[in-house]
Amino acid sequence: MKINDVILRTVVRGVVFIILTLGVYLFFSGHNAPGGGFIGGLVLGSGIVLLYITYDLETVHKRMPFDFKKVAGFGVLLATGSAIGAIFFDAPFLSQTDVYYTFPVLGEKHLTTVTIFEAGVALTVIGTLVTIILSISEDE
Amino acid sequence: MNNLLVLPLIIPIITAVILVFLREQIVLQRIISLITMIFITIISALLLNMVQTEGIMRLDFSGWLPPFGILFVGDSFSILLVLTASIITSFCLLYAFSTIGSRHEKMFFYPFVLFLIAGVNGSFLTGDIFNLFVCFEVMLLASYVLVALGGKKRQLRESLKYVLINVVASWMFLIALAFLYGTVKTLNMAHIAVRVAEAGQDPLLTTVAILFLIVFSLKAGLLLFFWLPGSYSVPPTVVQALFASLLTKVGIYALIRTFTLMFPLNQDVTHTIIGVMAGITLIAGCMGALSGRDIYTIATYNVIIGVGFILIGLAVGTETALTGAIYYLIHDMLAKALLFLLVGMVFYVSGESVVKKMSGIIQNYPLFGWIYFLVMLALAGIPPLSGFMGKVLIGQGAIESGSYVLLALGFASSIIVLYSLLRIFLASFFGETTISYDFRKPIPKGAYLAFVLLALSIVSVGVGAESLAVYVKDAANTLMNPSIYIDAVLKG
Repeated sequence: MKINDVILRTVVRGVVFIILTLGVYLFFSGHNAPGGGFIGGLVLGSGIVLLYITYDLETVHKRMPFDFKKVAGFGVLLATGSAIGAIFFDAPFLSQTDVYYTFPVLGEKHLTTVTIFEAGVALTVIGTLVTIILSISEDE
Repeated sequence: MNNLLVLPLIIPIITAVILVFLREQIVLQRIISLITMIFITIISALLLNMVQTEGIMRLDFSGWLPPFGILFVGDSFSILLVLTASIITSFCLLYAFSTIGSRHEKMFFYPFVLFLIAGVNGSFLTGDIFNLFVCFEVMLLASYVLVALGGKKRQLRESLKYVLINVVASWMFLIALAFLYGTVKTLNMAHIAVRVAEAGQDPLLTTVAILFLIVFSLKAGLLLFFWLPGSYSVPPTVVQALFASLLTKVGIYALIRTFTLMFPLNQDVTHTIIGVMAGITLIAGCMGALSGRDIYTIATYNVIIGVGFILIGLAVGTETALTGAIYYLIHDMLAKALLFLLVGMVFYVSGESVVKKMSGIIQNYPLFGWIYFLVMLALAGIPPLSGFMGKVLIGQGAIESGSYVLLALGFASSIIVLYSLLRIFLASFFGETTISYDFRKPIPKGAYLAFVLLALSIVSVGVGAESLAVYVKDAANTLMNPSIYIDAVLKG
């Protein structure tokens, strides 16, 4: 029997954008407030998992042709890369730096290397989360 | 500050992740992982020499000063172990190239070995006890995968047991950490030592210390080794060798560090318990090794005997005994790796693991047979091989402090080790061969290379004990005088 999931599909189409936006917001707010790479990554990952649940694997794969194992690997590389970068500037391992920079339109913004590290964490979390869910769902 | 100190942890992690992207290029994976391990060996040799000239080194991550930040501390003891672990892993990789098979290689075997070594090196180097927990977990997660990889029925059964026992141990580790943090309000190992010394090691702190003793004993296989023989005999040979030479030794390292640096004050209680546990471990290990009928059982019980023997050094606790324990630790890591590689190869060439069903292996593979003979002598402690120095010094320490029971047990166990291994040698290596020379399975060249290199390092650790003495004595000196370690971390 085919389940009629019109409601789920319609709701998800809108809700996924809200979830992904919340994920990105949490990711950036993490610098000085609750949030950060791990939490942002979890929310983003759960949005992607929701897509997989609503539509089948093939449809999502067609639009998002990522190997999530590699996403996780890339995340770890990014995080460790930003940590090890400090060594080349003769600062202790994991040291981070930041700068205030005035953009033409946006005005003065706070740029930090921690964001790169956090992006790595977020990608690792997304990759791991989706890989776990996909490997559980793949074998019956 | 010295950024070299973090490289033994971070380089394997980064290369392991890069290898994930090179899943199908097996040759490239082999080359990269071997180069990584050789690079780390060189780095740790450099570090070891730097410690001799500059004293204990530390690296405060992102510049947070102790006791607030996480830090890595390199003293002679930890860097000696990092060096030994890296050398052994390089040799084991050489063995793996020709034996592990492409099925394992495509299922991320090399990345997980590198993650394992990252966890091991991190555990040796860290100066923060919560970070020690994290490094333990990195090492254990990699080891769970390596135990289960291959998907045989026996492996599933034993890996479930292995995972379960380690999850329980890690849970207890966390509880012990919570108790410790609740009483001394710090997690920096040097700072804990200061606080414990200020408060005096009262019964409450001793209880916390005993909780740590239980946790690390589970990991090291001291008395609580019931899980060890099963789970060490199921994975592929290389993984067995890595486990036997590295994993239990990390537990031993943690025990020695905990009870020389952090909780050295109530030795009547803690060191007596360690002594009793070491004694029972020796007896039980000997019984297991004597009653074992297949080569794997005998080899795994030899690991347990080794653990008991090293911890006699800690239980006795004099400087001579600790020097001996460090010598023996290095020897045991090398010799157990070689023993497991050889035992795995015996199974490979004869297809049998029961001692009595094989004979005459040495006729077809003379070099292989004699290397087995060499490692047997080394494990029994025959001079000039690597086991001799450690046994003599631990024995000398035991006499100094009057621990004659432990002394007797320790040396009786050497005879049992010799007997149990000699039994394999006489029954399986000597005698008439059942397979003629022309029909023998050839031993891969890479495996021979690993055997020869490990055998050479056993000989050179034994013969060159004098040139190692500088480092080992410095390590034992730091262990005996924790104030050197504490000053290096908290001052300057």
